[in-house]
Amino acid sequence: MNPIVLTTGDMLVAAALIVTGSVLSFLLSLGLQRALLVSAVRMAVQLALVGSVLLFVFGHASVWLTIGLLAFMFSAAGWEAGSRQQVRLCPGWHFGIAGVATATGTVIVVLIGLLTALQPQPWYVARTAIPLTGLLLGNVMNATSLSMNTLLSAITRERQAIEARIILGATRAQAMNGLIRQAIRAALLPTLNQMAAAGIVTMPGIMTGQILAGMNPLAASRYQVLLMSLIVSGNLIGATFAAYLIAWHLTDSRGRLRLERLLSRS
Amino acid sequence: MIAATYAAGTLALEVQGLCCAHGGPFTFSVLTGQCVAITGPSGSGKTVLLRMIADLDPHEGEVRINGQPCLDMPAERWRRLVQYVPAEPAWWSDIVLDHMADTDEVHDLIGRLGLREDCLRTPLSRLSTGERQRLALIRALLLHPRVLLLDEPCSALDAATTDRVEAVLQAVRARGTAIVLVSHNMQQAARMAGKRFRIAQRHMEEIAP
Repeated sequence: MNPIVLTTGDMLVAAALIVTGSVLSFLLSLGLQRALLVSAVRMAVQLALVGSVLLFVFGHASVWLTIGLLAFMFSAAGWEAGSRQQVRLCPGWHFGIAGVATATGTVIVVLIGLLTALQPQPWYVARTAIPLTGLLLGNVMNATSLSMNTLLSAITRERQAIEARIILGATRAQAMNGLIRQAIRAALLPTLNQMAAAGIVTMPGIMTGQILAGMNPLAASRYQVLLMSLIVSGNLIGATFAAYLIAWHLTDSRGRLRLERLLSRS
Repeated sequence: MIAATYAAGTLALEVQGLCCAHGGPFTFSVLTGQCVAITGPSGSGKTVLLRMIADLDPHEGEVRINGQPCLDMPAERWRRLVQYVPAEPAWWSDIVLDHMADTDEVHDLIGRLGLREDCLRTPLSRLSTGERQRLALIRALLLHPRVLLLDEPCSALDAATTDRVEAVLQAVRARGTAIVLVSHNMQQAARMAGKRFRIAQRHMEEIAP
């Protein structure tokens, strides 16, 4: 079976859907029309650019080009992961923790995927490494961002309760563990929902794409299982790293809460 | 009952040049079983002083218990020995028994502090400020601290209950625990403390007996 190739006409159908959504937003006074149009244009431009860049990188088969592109993707992911928290650390630490946690979670599971199940030749070949990294990076970035947001908000809200434990002789880990666990759980919840509903409520995106591209549905489901396992593991690592790094940064070696290291957007 | 006892007449707490950006330098000492009262206008730095002694905020200067400097001891051990009870104690759950075990010692203190027996099973959010203040005192006393740092411990209590709290604190002192009491109530400071200090404009001076 050949993949279904989308034409310019098909793209116009997609654009018409966005315009219809904006008109609806205007008629219902939702105030979303501008955001919807800007996001759609931004998405289209970004994806067109990515398509062109990937075409170029795949065509040249250069390790350095692959590394350069991955470095750019990791930097952007670190920036995005740290961009939407209401309560923030000072910028260097905030984006540093977001970047380190996102990169750690992604790199570990990408290497596991490339070196065990997928095993392309060579293992770092751009055609496999870049899409796999992109898929996992996006997911780990979301989990890291959620973990940071939940923990930073919780620490601000519960500062007195944390200090009550510290006063009674708890270590910083004992005082923060409950909130750290909450943050990691909140970060994993969307992925766990996605896994539980896969194939029953929703058809997973990766599997859908592969079936539309002509792959046998059973083989596509195997890919989906592998990739979802990599995603949930990467998310767990990224969210855990982010939470523990924040807890470590917001306390000192004497176990004191150091909330002066927080900045608040409001 | 409070189990620990300490030798009388020895120095329990020494504070030497203790300061941070929000207050100090403060220098004073408290003997075993002695109560020292700190008074002064709101915002003068009384709470800042207690927090620095409990090693809850970064500071300069030195604090010692039984001659042992704070920084020579693991922070967790220090804070168990130097129990700070804030003016508005915090709780990490709404269930009292998540904060203390259901022991004879707790029931003894509940009775002596005039609390209802069922307060251990009542959600904290349904207890009055005064009841929560006394439960926070019990939570601190259960650790048998060497030094008690009390920030307005009776601010939400009537006269009769204040008498009960003071009686418990006198019993704690009799067993050797030193007390640093921050209070706006000058009568209470006079009743409880052998030595009184006043903090004003970051400066600490002893009030003549």
